[in-house]
Amino acid sequence: MSEGYKISDFVRIRNQRIFHGNKQVFSSEKPTQGFLKESYKFLNISYPKFHKMDALCKLGILATEVLFKNREIPADTALVFSNSASSLESDKQHRILMEATVSPAVFVYTLPNIVLGEISIKYKLQSENAFFISNRFDARLLTDYSEILLDSLKASAVVCGWIEWKNAEYDVFLCLISKEGRLSFSEENLEELYHFENE
Amino acid sequence: MSDLRTELKQSIIEQLNLEEFEVEDIANDDALFGDGLGLDSIDALELIVLLEKDYGIKLTEPEQGKEIFISIDKMAEYIEAHRTK
Repeated sequence: MSEGYKISDFVRIRNQRIFHGNKQVFSSEKPTQGFLKESYKFLNISYPKFHKMDALCKLGILATEVLFKNREIPADTALVFSNSASSLESDKQHRILMEATVSPAVFVYTLPNIVLGEISIKYKLQSENAFFISNRFDARLLTDYSEILLDSLKASAVVCGWIEWKNAEYDVFLCLISKEGRLSFSEENLEELYHFENE
Repeated sequence: MSDLRTELKQSIIEQLNLEEFEVEDIANDDALFGDGLGLDSIDALELIVLLEKDYGIKLTEPEQGKEIFISIDKMAEYIEAHRTK
């Protein structure tokens, strides 16, 4: 059923480095917030709202910027993301602020699927989206769900993968799935690409 | 007078994460929302929190914000008239 679909492109953000496909495109020695800001500048993004986002959303914007650059992205491109920590870092920050003065700007990021909304707003996507919480990277879940969306013509392309922000560490792996490309969209290929850089 | 306005600009830049703005970039009569600084509804909530935290002003009617958060000048005038700290 999935034979027609390809992993058209992928991006990795981890350990202060950004990979586009297998090629490293950016690195910085800065800790997380500095890394995110430098990446924003490097990618020449002009989107002031970026600075108001939590790290999970910033990672989502950076990763999709890499994937979408120089591409026509159909408005029905679905987003199927996953992680294990949900929005825990923003939740913890909100919990601390509750002791004094709550910040609405922090509170709005206490859901993981906000990153899907931020990406949809920036790139004008009007599409299906889902954010799954699972203990580990689950290639089967991502391929199954993405294929359903593609097979049922709910989406002509899908961005799927893993986007984690936990204990000041980040781990992003997002793939663009469409009918273009050479690498088949399969559970095995997804697993291999994700674990390649992780091990 | 001008100190309060500068203080407000600094607070807004810091608390609303307007990283691409400097104090000098914001004129006292610039619109805070819309075509001015481009603030949004979450920023409006942050401004309500800022008024309470820094100046002891508690807005009970959200509608009041529309009249106060027009510009730095309008905010400063309201704060000068109503501040409790």
